[in-house]
Amino acid sequence: MLSYILRRIVATLPVMAIVALFVFSLLYIAPGDPAVVIAGDQASPEDVERIRQSLGLDRPFLVQFGSWVWRILHGDLGTSIFTNLPVSAMIGQRLGPTLSLMMVTLLLTIVVAVPLGVVAAWKAGSLIDRVIMGFAVFGFSLPVFVVGYMLAYIFALELEWLPVQGYTPLNQGVLPWLENLILPAIALGCVYIALVARITRAAMLEVLQQDYIRTAKAKGLGQGGILFIHALKNAAVPIVTVIGIGIALLIGGAVVTESVFAIPGLGRLTIDAILRRDYPVIQGIVLLFSFVYVLVNLMIDLIYTLVDPRIRY
Amino acid sequence: MDRRTVLKGLAGAGGLALTGLSAPAIAQGASARTLRFVPQANLANFDPIWGTQYVVRNAAALVWDTLYGIDAQLQPQRQMVESEETSDDGKTWTFKLRPGLKFHDGEPVLAKDVVASLSRWAARDPMGLMIIPIQQELTAVDDRTFKWVLKQPFPKMLYALAKNNAPCSFIMPERIAKTDPFKQITEYVGSGPMKFAKGEWVPGAKAVFEKFADYVPRQEKPSWLAGGKQMMVDRVEWIVMPDPATAAAALQNGEVDWWENPIADLVPVLKKNKNISVDIGDPLGNIGSFRMNHLFAPFNDVRARRAVLMALSQEDYMRAIVGDDTALWKPLPGFFTPDTPVYNDLGGDILKGKRDFDAAKKLLAESGYSGQPVTCLVAQDQPITKAQGDVTADLLKRLGMNVDFVATDWGTVGSRRAQKTPPGQGGWNMFHSWHAGADCITPAAYTAIRANGDKAWFGWPNSPNTEKEIAGWFDAKSIDEEKAAIGRVNKAAIEDVVYAPTGFFLTYTAWRKNVSGIAKGPLPFFWGVSKSA
Repeated sequence: MLSYILRRIVATLPVMAIVALFVFSLLYIAPGDPAVVIAGDQASPEDVERIRQSLGLDRPFLVQFGSWVWRILHGDLGTSIFTNLPVSAMIGQRLGPTLSLMMVTLLLTIVVAVPLGVVAAWKAGSLIDRVIMGFAVFGFSLPVFVVGYMLAYIFALELEWLPVQGYTPLNQGVLPWLENLILPAIALGCVYIALVARITRAAMLEVLQQDYIRTAKAKGLGQGGILFIHALKNAAVPIVTVIGIGIALLIGGAVVTESVFAIPGLGRLTIDAILRRDYPVIQGIVLLFSFVYVLVNLMIDLIYTLVDPRIRY
Repeated sequence: MDRRTVLKGLAGAGGLALTGLSAPAIAQGASARTLRFVPQANLANFDPIWGTQYVVRNAAALVWDTLYGIDAQLQPQRQMVESEETSDDGKTWTFKLRPGLKFHDGEPVLAKDVVASLSRWAARDPMGLMIIPIQQELTAVDDRTFKWVLKQPFPKMLYALAKNNAPCSFIMPERIAKTDPFKQITEYVGSGPMKFAKGEWVPGAKAVFEKFADYVPRQEKPSWLAGGKQMMVDRVEWIVMPDPATAAAALQNGEVDWWENPIADLVPVLKKNKNISVDIGDPLGNIGSFRMNHLFAPFNDVRARRAVLMALSQEDYMRAIVGDDTALWKPLPGFFTPDTPVYNDLGGDILKGKRDFDAAKKLLAESGYSGQPVTCLVAQDQPITKAQGDVTADLLKRLGMNVDFVATDWGTVGSRRAQKTPPGQGGWNMFHSWHAGADCITPAAYTAIRANGDKAWFGWPNSPNTEKEIAGWFDAKSIDEEKAAIGRVNKAAIEDVVYAPTGFFLTYTAWRKNVSGIAKGPLPFFWGVSKSA
């Protein structure tokens, strides 16, 4: 197992290298120029050119790429063109809010979506099933920002229970931390809950037809035990897979959610960096996201071995 | 249903629901000594000489002081300077600093700091760049006195040092001011009323300013960048909110105190909330514009440019930008900011009255236009440029022009407009922009009005007449002379169609009613602003 994990980690290196080359090349050929943004609207072409030179943006592609890769190999993600702050420090500032948002969303999803999917499968064809699946379609269809605005209107403006925007770090108290995350997590989690609930239902429906479930029922096992111990464990592989794939959904959704709720996370940093053509920041974030995604996939593969003993690496 | 419709509807509903309600418990715990402000944009860098965006200038005005400050009457007033003398020939300026001025690191402000700061500023500022070629020397005479010796008189010296147009001549410690003006500073040691809390800066999200206890304000009443910059709060927090609906909701909910630039769509909602005040933020407003590329057909022929001016309806542009609130816009038969002391719209008849499409089409035909594509760059991520672009596309089509509408983002427009290649080879024929009215009062900081060919702003207009009249304004010695000169500049620029002004428009600012002392002006002034619990 250990050698498998090591092999997989080593295998991420070429993936990361390809991502790096791809991102760098795309940014190089993409229209737009950070020097223009820095110089401001009234700047002369000479000013823009001088700023471009000072940033090293006038150098050939291979020289720029080579020096970037060299820095990456030394653990340096570079410095933001605009803020003059190290990219790693900027990512560090933004990591907490995004991780918090994703963790709460993930937790919410598992706690809500899996039981909903199980119940829908158990009561397949009934009104409960239809209501749950109706909710799933609804959740999957509504854009994140619409859900976000509706939640903010109801729970912040109308009921005044929760704040509209912002983020409070965990070290300032669990309650204030949660207060700022509840609405964004629900908004972001809607699509995710819908997806996981549907997959759980489908996987459970298949498992509930199996002979061993009938045997369990015949032996007099309780419904809860049958559903959540025997059936769910055997339906877990596709559910875990979807939860893992959904991390990408979360990353994408976080960009919108963080904007709607003014959360200073990586999603907003990404958008800001793209709009300003802050190349080092964009490259750093994409590298980080791709690394996280590769890591999540590895974790999913490892979780398979826990839920299904037949799987061995 | 699009996103904007949703946010407008929900924010509207929220506004109605909240009318008459007090701030929620969450907001009431906030300190009355902290002012929470939503700026117009993200403070992405904090070097007001290197980065000339307005948002940087606005933040920098809190942290760095200037030698002079422009007041609400648009006159330069002493700020860090105690006195000045001009030699009889007008070539030597001697300035003396006020006593007791300190930087945020506790060091005194000395003449050598001023010399270094002015040198760095002059390398990046349009007026500074006019001074450099005529500069003989800029030296510190003693700790509090410095001298600027010129080869010829520069009557607008005090205006240059006082103006609010970016970059302002902020005074920094010598060691910081010696940084190459094309590289960013890394230390933010200011000379103004607030210190920049670098440790709390999260670019894109938050910037914090704390009161500087050793700042010595002037005794006069504050007036824009002049007078006593007395801070009534201990801390100013800038909270960046990219989403206008979120900002509107946060203001209604009492989570922020002041929103610099509410979008026109949400203003009715805010106005209905009895806890919120809404008013025009900057009476100097903005001038909408589109620029035609003077290097390539069809707009290398002045008749084609005039044909466009003859047909364009400023009302169409203004309604597209600010909606139906007629208090927010007015037609502008020229290039300069209306209702200012030297305003003059001489020669602006072509922009007035009923639009004459027949005459415009005839003139266009005379220019030799024969249906070639007109590449029109329109940034879709800027509401003002997008609105203008849609109107222009319709205008050109009605004139019988073949429009190549390039819908893109502002970053791309920014780099593509610098291309001097023909439109079919990466270049362009038109792009849209707008100018802060504060920059368009006179030609002093008005880059867009310059018409010196290759050295002019994008579009590269070449109008020797306009340039001659601009030089005449710089030589003007009285308000009357200035006003007459402005009229001549306007006439020449209209005749050669340096660019196309699409009208004058204003924007609102909004704040909670427990905040007082907010002054109208070209930037948010925080001195004199107080907040009750």
